[in-house]
Amino acid sequence: MALLVVEDLHKRYGKEEVLRGVSFELERGETKVIIGPSGTGKSTLLRCINRLTEPDRGRVWLNGVEVTSPRTNIYRIRAQIGFVFQDFNLFTHLTALDNVRLGLIRVKGMGKREATERAMRELARVGLADKADAYPAQLSGGQQQRVSIARALAMDPKLILFDEPTSALDPELIGEVLQVMIELAEAGMTMLVVTHEMGFARSVADEIIFMEKGVIVEQGPPEVLFTRPRVPRTAEFLRKITEFYGESG
Amino acid sequence: MTAVDWQNLVQGVPSLLSGLLVNLEILLGLIALGFAVGILVALVQVYSPRPLAALAVGYEWFFRGVPEMVLLMLIYFGLRQFKVRITPFTAAVIALGLRSSAYQSQIFRGAIQAVGRRQMMAALSVGMTRLQAIRHVILPQALRLSIPPWSNEFSSVLKDTTLASAIGVIEVFKKARFIMGRNYALALPIFLVVALFFLFLTYAGNWALGALERRYRIPGFEAKGAGERF
Repeated sequence: MALLVVEDLHKRYGKEEVLRGVSFELERGETKVIIGPSGTGKSTLLRCINRLTEPDRGRVWLNGVEVTSPRTNIYRIRAQIGFVFQDFNLFTHLTALDNVRLGLIRVKGMGKREATERAMRELARVGLADKADAYPAQLSGGQQQRVSIARALAMDPKLILFDEPTSALDPELIGEVLQVMIELAEAGMTMLVVTHEMGFARSVADEIIFMEKGVIVEQGPPEVLFTRPRVPRTAEFLRKITEFYGESG
Repeated sequence: MTAVDWQNLVQGVPSLLSGLLVNLEILLGLIALGFAVGILVALVQVYSPRPLAALAVGYEWFFRGVPEMVLLMLIYFGLRQFKVRITPFTAAVIALGLRSSAYQSQIFRGAIQAVGRRQMMAALSVGMTRLQAIRHVILPQALRLSIPPWSNEFSSVLKDTTLASAIGVIEVFKKARFIMGRNYALALPIFLVVALFFLFLTYAGNWALGALERRYRIPGFEAKGAGERF
């Protein structure tokens, strides 16, 4: 069984049907990139996977455990799924070190010294060991996002969900975050990434999922999707987004 | 205007100070009660399901809507009606404390909402329960944001402690009335002394709150601390 199985997810907000039956799988060590116009339910999809948003219908399995079952301890599941937000969402009152350490101490019940060592290791991994004592407001957007990746990594996640991790960043800060993500993918981390960075999608993704209006329009390896997509709409979207964002990322 | 009766005035001061001590005791009690209940009411209003949240809104409406003097009477004489014997002091702490809890609840609710849902979501995303998130992420930030409006409530309840005299608590206002009763020429100076007491306490309290705000200021955070200029 795949590490992550998503089956027929539905979600509506009032009259608007944001997800209209989304299914896909993610294997261990795989990186999948979700692309598509804004407002097509990509972020909602990510949040339904760890039930930060409750889906109306459909099921999700992580490592064989049904995430969407009411009997599942959802807090346990969430601790195994890293989540990187578009606007970082670091805890503003805590230093970078404490941001990374909090989950280790409170959720994993780790002792302070061990948690500190682990957190420092993750901060070093994203190149920010020297910023351990800085507060989020003292860091650049790129640095904040790297701390939030360290926060996710520290929990030893089976999978990390990235919700447009570079969309809130100044162009010159995007590279440092993408670099960290590329290294993670190379190290074998399982990742599901919503992004507009086509360069990243092209070079890192094992597979690309093109979503529109709450459904998956097409999915496949980047070389197929970028060169000979089956659906005309996919080609049209890729052309537009590449014109707008450029290819390098 | 007659000359000030300095001797009686000076002799009255220790009595006033012992009365003021009672005001401080009421203050301490009512603030502790108001703080605890106020945070609870705010959390229920923001996070709990609708029926319970509505109950908290009703509570807040009642204790913000009834005049304090009436509340004091309701609690002191009301409880006696039901054979619950409480001292005027306890009745004052409860009445003023519950009133303050309603006001404080809105300070905390505003602050919790200012912290925002995204912080809650981030906390949940690492596997914290909602209670853990509230305890370790939401409240530490919300309490910081609460200090400036809370200093308003502090200044207000500090003075409200004199209302306890209405149900027979012998505090500074009552003592001042006693002294005045012995010699009406002392009315103006004695109440000036009382006014000075409260001016001093307001100053000291707000200074302490300012120090607290500076102590817990988040480095680099946009919401700058007390006295910070933009």
